[in-house]
Amino acid sequence: MLTLMSLLLFMLVLTNLTLLGSSRLAFCIRTVAVQGVVLGLVPLFGLQPFTLQHGLLSLCAIILKGGIFPWLLLRGLRVARVKREVEPFIGFNVSLSIGFFTLIGSVIFASRLPLTGNNNTLIIALAIFTMLTGLLLLVSRRKALSMVLGYLVLENGIYCLGTAVADHIPMVVEFGVLLDVWVAVFGMGIAMYQINREFDHTDVDRLTELRG
Amino acid sequence: MSFIALILSLALAPLLLSIINRSKAVIAGRRGAPLLQPYFNLTRLLQKGVVYSDVSSGLVQLSPVVNLAVLCCCVVLVPLGPIPAILHFSGDFILLAYLMGMGRFITMLGALDTGSSFEGMGASREAFFAALAEPAFFLTMAGLARITGAQSLNDILQTINSEHWLHATPSLLLIAVAFFLVFLAENARIPIDDPTTHLELTMIHEVMILDHSGPDLAMIEYGVALKIWLLAAIFAALFVPPGTNVLWLPLFLLLMVAIGMLVAMVESSMARLRLIRVPQLLISAGVFAGLALFLEFVQ
Repeated sequence: MLTLMSLLLFMLVLTNLTLLGSSRLAFCIRTVAVQGVVLGLVPLFGLQPFTLQHGLLSLCAIILKGGIFPWLLLRGLRVARVKREVEPFIGFNVSLSIGFFTLIGSVIFASRLPLTGNNNTLIIALAIFTMLTGLLLLVSRRKALSMVLGYLVLENGIYCLGTAVADHIPMVVEFGVLLDVWVAVFGMGIAMYQINREFDHTDVDRLTELRG
Repeated sequence: MSFIALILSLALAPLLLSIINRSKAVIAGRRGAPLLQPYFNLTRLLQKGVVYSDVSSGLVQLSPVVNLAVLCCCVVLVPLGPIPAILHFSGDFILLAYLMGMGRFITMLGALDTGSSFEGMGASREAFFAALAEPAFFLTMAGLARITGAQSLNDILQTINSEHWLHATPSLLLIAVAFFLVFLAENARIPIDDPTTHLELTMIHEVMILDHSGPDLAMIEYGVALKIWLLAAIFAALFVPPGTNVLWLPLFLLLMVAIGMLVAMVESSMARLRLIRVPQLLISAGVFAGLALFLEFVQ
């Protein structure tokens, strides 16, 4: 039966596949923002009964991932004057196919995990899928901004895994992770600006020249 | 009853093509050709003589005939909305896919046989894109079979109902999108191919039939109309109420017209994709269909 929860998880899969297959960076940033909002809503409709802590965590995650990160990254995009990811190390078709097989692989993997308690294996599977997507984005793209996006997707996956087994992880850890990510994106934004000013591009494969 | 459907399909197929052309004209602010124009074109072509290239063997003469024959066989397999198909058995969509594949194969052979380098280029493109569209087609069919629990094209399309749409909304939406992309690719429409252009460097289907003339060209054009009619019939059947109540037939035909207008809107609102981007579109269609199938297995 179609529930709000399954719709959210479906959105999660779709955003991951969209990220793997599209080259326009501004579009990718917005997709990551949508993914962040979707994941922020997951604990609200998740398995646990609603508590104030969950609500607060969701609110922070949505504001941070749906509002502040895209704003920072779009600003970075304007400064660095890049529009699209050109010639990634792994092409869009191949990475889309890899993503599809990763999805199937992670479902099989999650169903065999020896988990304690009655966890929802589908959420765990999709969390693993999201993490692997982030990893793939990190290793296969050329622009520095794509790598920040890959990092954010990776973190989204970890956050999703955290909500799937939330009663085992203290809330304070989740908040800590959110804060870390914020600082990291802030730092990366500044680094990107500096790199662009210094070298006139943000292609990571050409940054090997940094070693003097 | 089924034979009436057969005659209806064979008679009305070119009309769908002209509805697309007419809608495109209206959207562009022109008046457009009369709705019966494809029939006039076919009769005119049938009265003309044929010219064959000196370098060709018999294949170029054979290909339009075989192509049309194969597509007529396909008409027998596809139900027309509430009217069941004449022939149906479990797994018949595999036969349908490979009958269409055979038509494509013989068209490509005919194109190569003319000895023109442009036609060889078109044949190569057609082979490549068809290879990408085929898995997407099979995955959509597998997804539909999984959702409905039926195994023949006829049963799948006649059992699918609002209950399925309610229970498996995401999967069916994905399947509908994937099938629409396959539909555009198989019929060589924008954004995969432009049926109106005659610039050799960008064409796929049109370039393969450049050297055909007279009745041969008429057969090919009629085959194009039949193919678009058949695939539109499969697509429309996803949305009509189930069962074999003939009263739904007008609704079904209206849906076919709506699909024609949808195609016209797509064609008027976007340009043909660069050739290098086409595989990405078809692979996305495959991934969509695969995802739908996957969703059905997980639930």
